[in-house]
Amino acid sequence: MTESTGGIDMDEDSSGTIKKFAFVNRKAPYGTIYALESLEVVLISAAFDQDVSLVFADDGVYELKKGQATKSVGMKNFSPTYRALEGYDIEKIFVEKESLDARGLTADDLVVPVEVLTSDEIATLLDEQDVVLSF
Amino acid sequence: MLHIVNKSPSERNTLDSCLRMAKKGSTILLIEDGVYGATKGGVAENKLKAAMADIKVYALWPDLEARGMQDSVIDGIEQVDYNGFVDLVAADKNVQSWL
Amino acid sequence: MKFGILVNEGPYTHQAADTAYQFAKAVLEKGHEVHRVFFYHDGVNNASKLTEPPQDDRHIVNRWSKLAEEHGLDLVVCVAAGLRRGLVDVNLAPGFRISGLGQLVETGIQADRTVTFGD
Repeated sequence: MTESTGGIDMDEDSSGTIKKFAFVNRKAPYGTIYALESLEVVLISAAFDQDVSLVFADDGVYELKKGQATKSVGMKNFSPTYRALEGYDIEKIFVEKESLDARGLTADDLVVPVEVLTSDEIATLLDEQDVVLSF
Repeated sequence: MLHIVNKSPSERNTLDSCLRMAKKGSTILLIEDGVYGATKGGVAENKLKAAMADIKVYALWPDLEARGMQDSVIDGIEQVDYNGFVDLVAADKNVQSWL
Repeated sequence: MKFGILVNEGPYTHQAADTAYQFAKAVLEKGHEVHRVFFYHDGVNNASKLTEPPQDDRHIVNRWSKLAEEHGLDLVVCVAAGLRRGLVDVNLAPGFRISGLGQLVETGIQADRTVTFGD
């Protein structure tokens, strides 16, 4: 999906600075485009060699649900892309436990291995970031 | 850390999520429809009051005023204008918008 | 201090487009710098020069163009999000430019704070 992101511009002095970026995903897939376009930012961020974490909370945990089949709605199933993140060296994927519990899900229901954290642990993680982009 | 919430607490769970994942000592700014959370008699009044023991809460008064809610703000919630908004962003190390 | 601003919603539909503008104006009034305003998702529609609101309403697009002209703001529309929604060079308002998502990440790196306005 990177072909649609329009290229990467790295000018000025971006290279060299490493910041902690967290992408917080709180919206379900398909109902709105936010989840998909958030993933596009995540993929681009990999090219900048930043310290990237992905956080899934609230309905955002549905983005990772196994078994998505979008043929009948005529939309692109982008859930396999989460499995490709490892190839981009994006390996810090966190899911809020309370959000999973509230939706009857466990880590086994998700398309990628994740680290399940409590709300308090997510709070600490977010607090440590330099840049938090929430979609 | 500054947390920005722009959703009405009677329509969305955004404020609840923010309160659940905000560290003690952080700051919350309510803007746009989020300012309904700052008003007396609303669904968020009690939980917000409880949270205010550990978290400083602000509301954007241009948004309160636009909605006619300027006279019903919960005691202890400080009101800021857009300049104050900028100051709050500058004051904390990082910021998150709970969209 | 350098501020990055991300606008994720279109004009008139969601107040985010207005709040982002008021915030940017306040940043400049307080003597800070706006590193870049990045328009993403439906936010790309803030850059359409075909926008014509009723005369008694604010002109959100022209407001950005004017602010850019006065303060040399860098207003960047995401190319991929723009193409999806039919926002391309031919309907791009003055003061905006189209570029890649890398510009958003770069703003995150270079600005002291990056603030998101959206739904």
